[in-house]
Amino acid sequence: MKALVELIYLLSVILFVAGLRYLNSPATARRGNLLASVGMALAIAATLAGKGISHLWIILAGLLAGSIIGAVAARKVKMTAMPQMVGLLNGLGGGASALVATGEFVRLSPSIPLDTVVTIILSLLIGGVTFTGSLVAFGKLQGLVKGTPTVLPLHRAVTILLSIAFLLLSFSLHISPLAVFTTMAIISLILGVLLVIPIGGADMPVAISLLNSFSGLAASGAGFVLKNNMLIVAGALVGAAGMILTFIMCRAMGRSLLHVLFGAFGGKEELAEEAGERRVRSIDVEEAAMILAYARSVIIVPGYGMAVAQAHHAVRELADELEARGVEVKFAIHPVAGRMPGHMNVLLAEANVPYSKLYDMDDINPEFERTDVALVIGASDIVNPAARHKKGSPIYGMPILEVDRARQVIVIKRSLSPGFSGVENELFYNPKTMMLFGGARDVVQELIKEVKRLD
Amino acid sequence: MGIVDSLFVFVLAMLVGFEVITKVPPTLHTPLMSGANAISGITIVGALLVAAHSDSPLTEVIAFVAIVMATVNVVGGFLVTDRMLQMFRKETRKKA
Repeated sequence: MKALVELIYLLSVILFVAGLRYLNSPATARRGNLLASVGMALAIAATLAGKGISHLWIILAGLLAGSIIGAVAARKVKMTAMPQMVGLLNGLGGGASALVATGEFVRLSPSIPLDTVVTIILSLLIGGVTFTGSLVAFGKLQGLVKGTPTVLPLHRAVTILLSIAFLLLSFSLHISPLAVFTTMAIISLILGVLLVIPIGGADMPVAISLLNSFSGLAASGAGFVLKNNMLIVAGALVGAAGMILTFIMCRAMGRSLLHVLFGAFGGKEELAEEAGERRVRSIDVEEAAMILAYARSVIIVPGYGMAVAQAHHAVRELADELEARGVEVKFAIHPVAGRMPGHMNVLLAEANVPYSKLYDMDDINPEFERTDVALVIGASDIVNPAARHKKGSPIYGMPILEVDRARQVIVIKRSLSPGFSGVENELFYNPKTMMLFGGARDVVQELIKEVKRLD
Repeated sequence: MGIVDSLFVFVLAMLVGFEVITKVPPTLHTPLMSGANAISGITIVGALLVAAHSDSPLTEVIAFVAIVMATVNVVGGFLVTDRMLQMFRKETRKKA
């Protein structure tokens, strides 16, 4: 029986690897997700069959409650709320792994072999940090916690002290197992808060990917505790996936992971040095509609502002309207636009924009100089030319979408306020740039009306 | 199985992970993340084992909470990923 269970676990692992492989291509991604879920179902069924039916009521009640909550949440969540949904799910996985480690500790205590103690402690730490870190990320994205970076007094010192305390306590577990373990659990939870709370909104793509990686590593840790290879492998796969995404996000911001975690980027008010001297050209909706409708080519650059305003459906409609007039419309997507990796892609997909119209940064940048109008909707830092030449600027070195190379630039934005980085946006003062002030959705809807009227 | 054996498996699996997920197109970053996230709910197997082994009310409570959390992770993760992937299309269905 044991061998059979192990063989089914092996099959699950193969399905996970195949599933992730298929998730690499849009054509096969759905099948990949399905394969992985079959692998999961097999793993659960094999575990239940292999272990007999002790405590069945706990198990069934837990599975039922979790399935209902999960299914309802997955159906109800809005696509614009996807970053916080993913954040929350990461946290639940991490928390569950920490609880598995805790359960094993309680059951085996007080006579636990040393190597098991080590793995239990590591799982507790990673799982605990993932749990509260993700809850903080969720709170920030949901607007429950202030989105700006929050650095507490003595932030770094407290973090270091708590980490040392955690380490020391792990050597004192024999004194009073349950009390010490509980203290360590609490410390790991606090560390999770301290890790994520200094990270600001625009750095969330990095934080979410990192927590994603952690949730996998925590599952892997639970596998170490239980000496279960399937858990180790599945967790490691997710850990690797999250790590790759984390690095992609960091590269897209031109910053290192450490800088994101400890840099407390943005929120500082270093602007206004040159502001005021330069002129901003502002236009009204009719003029903008005219420019767009008579252009040959338009590249739309969406940012977080489009997500906040839920303007993606209106943007699609505008693109359709322009295309019907013979304008060539493309979308340029910066890797860190929005609050999670691929945020803009998901929203535009929801609005029925085919993904063949979405272009990555490297593919679209050479096209701007051949483009009549770049239409920036609710984006700032990712199109700021200062990143190219202004040494000393916090965003210097970040790869940007080079909209300023287009013949004309229209920027839809609520105000001139700088982007998340707190850096004044040079683009707004470029003579080619026309500002169209207002909320993204209202402005785009007005634009649609005006473009229609031109017929 | 010692900790070193586990480490062996872990490192190899990480390498497989890096190999399998090298070139994800940005379009799929979110679904990849939420799909991978659902897989990390595999810790549900650990939670089930804790429940099956449990010998005190405390471990029973811990196991129950862990099962609920992991199940939400698994079910929510896979369903929401599928919902997203359903929306991705290559071409516009109706020509405007």
